[in-house]
Amino acid sequence: MATAVSTYSRNDYINFSVLMVLGFLIIPMTVNSDYWFTSILIPWLCLALATIGQQVIMGYTGQLALGAAGFMAAGAFACFNLILRVDGLPFFGALIISGLIAAAIGIVFGLPSLRIRGIYLMVATLASQFFIIWVIDKFGWFKNYDSSGIITAQDIVIFGRPYTSPVDMYLVILVVVTVMTILAINMARGSTGRNWMAVRDMDVAAESMGVSLLKTKLQAFAISSFFCGVAGALFAFTYLKSLEPVAFDIKLSFKILFMCILGGLGTINGAFIGAGFILLFPVLLNYLGNNVFHGAIDATIISALEQVVFGVLMIVFMIYEPLGMARLWENLKQRFFKKKDK
Amino acid sequence: MGSEILFFFEVLVGGLLAGTMYSLVALGFVLIYKASATFNFAQGAMVFFAVLSFVGFMELGLPFFLAFLVTIGLMVVVGLSTERLVLRPLMNQSEDTLLMATIGLGYVLEGLAQAAWGVEVRRLDLGIPDFPIMFIADSIGIFISALDLTAGAVAAFMVISLAVLFTQTKIGLGLRAVADDPGAASSIGIPLKHIMLLVWSAAGVVALVAGCLWGARAGVQFALVDLALKALPVLIIGGFSSIPGAIVGGLIIGSTEKVLEVYIGPFFGGAIEGWAPYVLAVFFLLKRPEGLFGEKIIRRV
Repeated sequence: MATAVSTYSRNDYINFSVLMVLGFLIIPMTVNSDYWFTSILIPWLCLALATIGQQVIMGYTGQLALGAAGFMAAGAFACFNLILRVDGLPFFGALIISGLIAAAIGIVFGLPSLRIRGIYLMVATLASQFFIIWVIDKFGWFKNYDSSGIITAQDIVIFGRPYTSPVDMYLVILVVVTVMTILAINMARGSTGRNWMAVRDMDVAAESMGVSLLKTKLQAFAISSFFCGVAGALFAFTYLKSLEPVAFDIKLSFKILFMCILGGLGTINGAFIGAGFILLFPVLLNYLGNNVFHGAIDATIISALEQVVFGVLMIVFMIYEPLGMARLWENLKQRFFKKKDK
Repeated sequence: MGSEILFFFEVLVGGLLAGTMYSLVALGFVLIYKASATFNFAQGAMVFFAVLSFVGFMELGLPFFLAFLVTIGLMVVVGLSTERLVLRPLMNQSEDTLLMATIGLGYVLEGLAQAAWGVEVRRLDLGIPDFPIMFIADSIGIFISALDLTAGAVAAFMVISLAVLFTQTKIGLGLRAVADDPGAASSIGIPLKHIMLLVWSAAGVVALVAGCLWGARAGVQFALVDLALKALPVLIIGGFSSIPGAIVGGLIIGSTEKVLEVYIGPFFGGAIEGWAPYVLAVFFLLKRPEGLFGEKIIRRV
């Protein structure tokens, strides 16, 4: 890793350490309410991980894919079946295999990307979204022939110790997300990421420079689906707990698309910012609805307004800051910590 | 004729007529694409917005035709604001950026419609019954719904009038000029703003008509947005820039999905029409990316 070290500045290490201390020590010790863990921190980390997957394919490789939730479903149900059917398979092992299964499916549905782009590819990936959900829905085997069609995810057990309390689950997710985020950052900064971006910026030029489109695009699809698959498994095992395939419908795909775009295309921290915003904004609206307007506004209207705000933000960001909230954050940092950065 | 063949034709005709409903959504999409090279992802949301407002106005006590006119007015306002607030600031941006902006626009329209009119499923009665016409059933033995037949007739009427508009009038010439090269078109004095407004309003009217037919069949509800997504495979098969393509694509999708559902679906537990159109579109893309009637896409480096 001698070469990798030089690409990170001292600031990066300081930021990393601060975040780790915050995530692993301060938050578990200070946050006492289960609500914060189960309703905010856990889904935030899971969806941020899926958004990183979307970033890989859309932000870095420039392929307009709209099927993240489908791959999340693949990962979730793969993990459920692996733990159910394979005796003695450790949780992390099941998690990795589910990611790999999602990646394999991702490669198959990524094949059209070799010939098409833009909205055409979007339609092709919609096929994956609807097809995967349909397969899981129609073949009872995936749901262990449960008559209700709803499965209950098993408890997470690592080395014989069950991780079922909100804080425990949060820590498990945090470990996975940390490892995978570091992986993603390294891929994005390394030759892999450079190939992705070359394909995004101009595929013909990239190809004439010797970047294999076939390899790069399929690799991006595979890695993207791997992230989505793992995120889906975590989402199912910690947040949803009992779930049916419909939990991963097209709406979730759109949500992840929004997280990706509003957060900032082609940034890893944007995935976290975007996911946090999309998740927290409705919470804030509901809070305002309950405490400021005292329930005078109907809940359905609030959720409709939330949609309007997301849509407006999407348009506004496209017009004024196509690089999203991550760039806004950078600009703010630039303005306030100019001297420090030098 | 044997009853099996009759049944096949019944399925086929039902599919073809249902396909015209997809075509109507696709038509609005093609209109906007032809005049501004924008993939308007919000077309489905416009359908939902239009028909929900229409039903809403009727619930407020407006008579049918007045409500229809008011909704058309509303769609013109939507078109106007879209042109002013979304498209103009995004002029000369990449196709992908515009597409994402229209996804945002779709969200805004869906949200506004639900905030204004609520989320419950509405019934829409157009006075056209959605059951078989006995006259046809008796004479040739095929059951065809009157609503389907109306949808087919409306779609045919829309296509003919739009085709006349595009090819026979000065406005149509202007539209095609703008689509070809907005810069050149405006430099010779074609009023870009008016053209855009016209196109978005026309798309709004098409959305309203499509919404009425959909709403009469499936109820006026949010699921219309998902149904309208099927206009995308229709467009891919027909070609994004072709009005006849939208119709033919709709017919192909409608008939294929119904025939597959009836004859192949039972082997897989049914409901394959949810994804069959998309998979069909993918195969089409691999063989003929520009669609049946679309212009060949030539990318220059």
